[in-house]
Amino acid sequence: MADHSSSTTHSRFFQHHFVDAEQQFQTAKMGMWIFLVTEILMFGGLFAAYIVFRLWYPDLFTQASTELNTFWGGVNTVVLIGSSLTVAMAIKSAQLNQKKNIAINLGITLALAAVFMVIKYFEWTHKFELGIFPGQFYDFGGIAHEKANVFFSLYYLMTGLHGIHVLIGMGLMGWLLWRSLKNHFDSEYYTPIEITGLYWHLVDIIWIFLFPLFYLIE
Amino acid sequence: MDTAESSSTSKKIQVQRYKPDDNPEKHYLNEETGLWSWLTTVDHKKIGIMFLGAITFFFFVGGIMALLVRTELWTPAKTFIEANTYNQLFTLHGAIMIFLFLVPSVPAALGNFILPLQLGAKDVAFPRLNLLSFYLYLTGAGIAIFSILNGGIDTGWTFYTPYSSTTGGAVTTMVFGVFVIGFSSILTGVNFITTIHKMRAPGLTWDKLPLFCWGLYATSIIQILATPVLAITLALVGMERILGIGIFDPAMGGDPVLFQHFFWFYSHPAVYIMIVPGFGVVSEIITTFSRKHIFGYWAIALSSLAIAFIGFLVWGHHMFVSGQASLASMVFSFLTFLVGIPTGIKMFNWTATLYKGSIDLKSPLLYIFGFFFLFLVGGLTGIVLGSIALDVHLHDTYYVVAHFHFVMVGGMVMAFLAGLHYWWPKITGRMYNETMAKIACGIIFVGFNVTFLPQFVMGSQGMPRRYFNYIEQFQPFHQVSTIGSFILGLGFLMVFYYLVKSLFGGQKATANPWGSRAMEWQINTRPPLHNFHHIPVIINGPYDYHKPMEEFQLGLAESPTDGHGQESDLEVTSDGKEINAE
Repeated sequence: MADHSSSTTHSRFFQHHFVDAEQQFQTAKMGMWIFLVTEILMFGGLFAAYIVFRLWYPDLFTQASTELNTFWGGVNTVVLIGSSLTVAMAIKSAQLNQKKNIAINLGITLALAAVFMVIKYFEWTHKFELGIFPGQFYDFGGIAHEKANVFFSLYYLMTGLHGIHVLIGMGLMGWLLWRSLKNHFDSEYYTPIEITGLYWHLVDIIWIFLFPLFYLIE
Repeated sequence: MDTAESSSTSKKIQVQRYKPDDNPEKHYLNEETGLWSWLTTVDHKKIGIMFLGAITFFFFVGGIMALLVRTELWTPAKTFIEANTYNQLFTLHGAIMIFLFLVPSVPAALGNFILPLQLGAKDVAFPRLNLLSFYLYLTGAGIAIFSILNGGIDTGWTFYTPYSSTTGGAVTTMVFGVFVIGFSSILTGVNFITTIHKMRAPGLTWDKLPLFCWGLYATSIIQILATPVLAITLALVGMERILGIGIFDPAMGGDPVLFQHFFWFYSHPAVYIMIVPGFGVVSEIITTFSRKHIFGYWAIALSSLAIAFIGFLVWGHHMFVSGQASLASMVFSFLTFLVGIPTGIKMFNWTATLYKGSIDLKSPLLYIFGFFFLFLVGGLTGIVLGSIALDVHLHDTYYVVAHFHFVMVGGMVMAFLAGLHYWWPKITGRMYNETMAKIACGIIFVGFNVTFLPQFVMGSQGMPRRYFNYIEQFQPFHQVSTIGSFILGLGFLMVFYYLVKSLFGGQKATANPWGSRAMEWQINTRPPLHNFHHIPVIINGPYDYHKPMEEFQLGLAESPTDGHGQESDLEVTSDGKEINAE
C-alpha cells in the first residue's frame, strides 16, 4: 500500500488488489447486491411457508391477525421508512462532502432503528403476558382455532429474523457513526455507508411486506 | 460498435513481455512465513491451500466411515458394529462428504487458488471475506464434530422431518453446524461472482474467460440462490426441536412434505454445486492435453449456466413417492430430462475437442477419461431415475446410491483429482511421480466400478438403501462391493502418498510444464505473493493453441518502473486487440 500512496491520490482505505478507487467502490457495491439476493432467498423460505399455511388455514390468519396491534405496527412502518430516508440522506451528505451531516443522519437512523426495536419489544412482551408463545408453548384461549399456534410460530419466526437483521443493522450504523466521527468518510470514500444503506433498505422492504401480511389481513 | 469508433474510443496500453521464472527465489510461500502469517493471511492462494488441507482431512474421515459401513455390510446380520452406530456412520459419511468435502472441494480449494490467476487479478474481490469464509467452514466443521461426540446423528444427511425433529442425539447442534458451513459457501459464491465481474484484467473479455471460470461462475450462482434456503430450512428444523413450532410437524398442523420441498430446493441445485466446477476443470485439462482449441466454447460456457438454471426447477423428482400431486411429478420428471441436454452438450463438445487433437496422455487427462466413463454412467442412470414409473420401483434402493456415487465420486472426485494433478506443479512447484499417478488412477477406476456396479444390480432387485440387515440373496453383491471399496481406498491412499512425497524432493516444476496457453501458466511457478508484478494485459485467448507459445508471454499494463523485461513491443486496445505489433 505504501508505494501506492506516494504516487497516487488514493484514499488511505484503498486496498492494494484493486486498480483504482472506482473499481473498489463498484466491486463492494456489487458484492452487497449479491448478498442481498441471498437475504431475499433466506426470507423467501419463510414467506413460502407463510403462503402454504395461509392457503391451508385462511380462517386462522384472519382470526389470529386481530391479536396484533395495527396501530403500533403502523408506527413501526413509518419509523423504518423514515430511517431509510435518513440513511439515504447520509449517503447524499457523503457525496456532497458534508461531513457533519453524515454523522447526524447516521445518528438519526440509529435512533429510529432503536425506536423500532423498543416498540417490537413491547409488542412481544405484551403477547407473552397473554400466553401467546410460539409453537408448543402456546397457551392462549382467545382464538377459536386449534392451529392458532402455527400462526404465531410464523409471526415470531419472521418478525424475529427481521428483528435480528435490524439489530445487525444497528451495529453497522453504530460502527459507521464511530468512523464518521473519526472523519473517515468524505466524497472520495464513502463505500461502507453506501453498501450499509443498501442493506438497510432491504431490511426496510422486508418489513413493508411483513406488516400487511400479518397486521392488515381481514 | 464499428472499427473506426472503437479505435477512437479505446485506450492504448503500453505492453511489454517477459518470461516467467521457473523457480523464483521469492514466491507466495516464503515472502511471509510463520504460523501467524498463515492464520491471518488474506492471500487467496494460501486460503486455497488451507481449504485443500481441511477438505483432504475430512475426505479421509468420511472415507474411513464409508469403509466401516461397507465392512459392516459384509454379512446379512450384524458383522461387527451395532445397528445404531451403523445409522450414525452412514449419516456422518454423507454429511461430511457433502458439506465438508464435495461442496468446497473444487470451488473453495482449487477455485480459490486458480480463479484470480486466470483472471489476471491480484486477489479475489473481498480477501478478508474469503478468510472469514474459511473460518466459518472450520467453525461449522467444529460444531459438526462436537455433535458427533455429543450424541451423534442418525437421520441420514437429509434430516427428514418428522424423524429429525423427534429423534434423540445432537441433531440441533448438527443442523446449526451445517447452517454455519452454508454461510461459508454463500460468502465464497458472493466473492467469486463479484471477482469474475469486476476483477478481470484489461483485455479479458467474456469470450476469453477460461471455462473453469465459467464453471465457477455458474456454481456461485447456485450457491447464492440455493444455500440461503437450506439455511432457513435447517433453522426451522432447529426451531422445531427447540420450540416445537409445528411448521413441519403434522401433529401440530404442519407438513413434513414442506420440509422435503425446502430441503430439495437447496439440495438438488447443490448436487450441481458438486459437479459444475468439475466440468470447468475438465474443459481446461481437455484442451491443454489435446493441444487444441476447445470445441464449442460458448456451448460449454452457456450450458453451465443452463444447468444452473434448470437445476432449480427439478427438485420435485426426489419426491415422486412422497405424496406430491401426480401432475407436479410429471412436470418435474419432464424438467429432469431437460437437464440431460446441456450436460450432453458438454460431453459432445469435450469429445469433439479430443478429435484430431495431439493427445498427450498425462495423468490429469487419464483422470478425465475416468471421469467421462463414470460420469456418463452416472448421468444416464439419472435419466432412468427421473422417469416416474421406474423411480417408484427404484426409489430409496441401492440403485440410487450407485447413481449418485457415480456422479459425485466418479464425476466430481475424479475431476477434483484431475484438477489437483493438473495444478499441483503450479501450487507446490513440484512434479509428482507420473507412473504412480497413472497406476493410482487405474486402481481408483477399477475399485470404483467394483464397488458401485454391483449396487446397480442389487438396487434394481430391490435392496433398500440405509438398511442394516438384508436378505441373503444380496450377500454376494454386498461382498463384491465391500472388496471394491477397499481397492478404492487403497487408490486414494496411493494418491496421497505420492503427492505428499513430491513435496519432499520431487522434481522441480517449470513455469509451464504442460505447455498450456492459459493465464495461470504464464506466471512464475510458484506464483509471487501478489500474483502479478504488473497488471497483465490479456491479448490471446486461453485456448489459442494455433498460435506459437512465444505469443503467450504476459503483457504489462503499467509503465515499467523496476526494469522488468524489455521495452514495449506492441500496443493493444483496451478490448485486447493488437493494433501494432513489431
